[in-house]
Amino acid sequence: MSPSRHTAPDHAARRHWLGVLARAGEAALETAWQGLAQHPVHSWVRRPESGMTMVRGRANGSGAPFNLGEMTVTRCALRLDDGIMGVAYVQGRSHRHAELAALFDALLQRPSETAHLQRSVIAPLERERVQAGEAARRRTAATRVEFFTMATGREAR
Amino acid sequence: MYVAVKGGEAAISHAHGLMADERRGDRALPELDVGQIAQQLGHAVDRVMTEGSLYDRELAALAIKQAQGDLVEAVFLLRAYRTTLPRFGASLPIDTAAMAVERRISATYKDLPGGQVLGPTYDYTHRLLDFDLLDSGREVPPPRESDAEQQPMARVADILGQEGLLEPAQQGAPDTPVADVTREPLRHPAGRDARLQALARGDEGFLLALGYSTQRGYGGTHPFAGEIRMGSVTVEMVPEELGFAVEIGEIAVTECDMVNQFGGDAERPPQFTRGYGLSFGRAERKAMAMALVDRALRAQELGEETVFPAQDQEFVLYHADNVEASGFVQHLKLPHYVDFQSELELVRRLRREHAQARTEAGTQQQEAAE
Repeated sequence: MSPSRHTAPDHAARRHWLGVLARAGEAALETAWQGLAQHPVHSWVRRPESGMTMVRGRANGSGAPFNLGEMTVTRCALRLDDGIMGVAYVQGRSHRHAELAALFDALLQRPSETAHLQRSVIAPLERERVQAGEAARRRTAATRVEFFTMATGREAR
Repeated sequence: MYVAVKGGEAAISHAHGLMADERRGDRALPELDVGQIAQQLGHAVDRVMTEGSLYDRELAALAIKQAQGDLVEAVFLLRAYRTTLPRFGASLPIDTAAMAVERRISATYKDLPGGQVLGPTYDYTHRLLDFDLLDSGREVPPPRESDAEQQPMARVADILGQEGLLEPAQQGAPDTPVADVTREPLRHPAGRDARLQALARGDEGFLLALGYSTQRGYGGTHPFAGEIRMGSVTVEMVPEELGFAVEIGEIAVTECDMVNQFGGDAERPPQFTRGYGLSFGRAERKAMAMALVDRALRAQELGEETVFPAQDQEFVLYHADNVEASGFVQHLKLPHYVDFQSELELVRRLRREHAQARTEAGTQQQEAAE
């Protein structure tokens, strides 16, 4: 079983927002960032860097793992002036996307800001993603097919 | 052997300039945009990502533009770029059962839990050229939608598996490192993990032909497409800074679970065995071909005779990579002047000896006759 299903409860909230931030588009994060009343000062722990993660599959979907191929990923880590560290690992090669995700990750860890940012940034981003997924699902559902087996000549006799 | 040559710089530079000009084509037409390739030539992008072994739609589209649509050349470009990037680690294995499904079909059961959805497909079209597409201003109506609830889509294999009719997916020993053919050279016999990776990177045309050969009797095991599913899966990894798994993104994949007859042996009763195919993006033909070849390569493990090309690990795995194959075939056109000179000398000498031998033989015959 993967570590994700064994996450300590205190990681659950952070795990969730990191996922939402990684899967949101850079433009959406930029808009959310520009909407903040104050922009904190930060220093780099690890400057944005583009690289790869090896994506693994499983034989027949549920068997032993194997390496399928890599995907591009950009990561960074930064520290706010109050010492809180934000981390980002996001698909693609956008340094700005990683930077914004790490900034939000750090801000979301500030107890005074968690609830507000969850409401004003994370929830709307997640809603957008769910809606996009729902639209795709509805288009797929329209292609549901029912095949009927035709009686063969032998069966008819 | 190829010996380095000097000179030709100006001609090479001009040739590259000519190629750039040809790539741009008629200036009266708008230049092709990488975004257009990513959006409108999606299958080409998917193939280049799969065989280039790097999931990045924009880079694959760029490679296709740069290579003027030569997909094998584009794969080479993407592979070369890939070597410049550091690797941050490996993902957790993707969970294709949790896929946001866009297509899911089975050739073995018509009534499946969760049903069958065709998704976007060329199946059931008549393959007639659509002349409407000549008119680029044409409006495309939005696709139909349906309110039908989506029931969970259990794997087809789990249905057959319940009766013991299908072999379970092979599990590896816990904590065994996963083979990586990009880091260690292939060794034979290769484990299934190394084989699946090599096949996933392998050339679609090569695997298609090999898969087809198994259907035509060269290693045939009468396959059925147990399940094909295509859609998006989330990718999770454990960043070193965090120590717990986070979602880093989402990728589209196509998966094929191929079901084949197996007569059974001393220990095992007759049952269905499985081959597996997995690719980035929408690449159904590739995933199906890969599943056929994967099953053929399991011949030895299943105690079957290995007499056909598709069952021969070394043959298949050493020739599936189109970057290696293309490099070795195409290096033949580079200057081999020194090499050829020595061969020329050799052939001249052999011809002299041949002529001399004939003359001597002729003289002997003549003498014998006299």
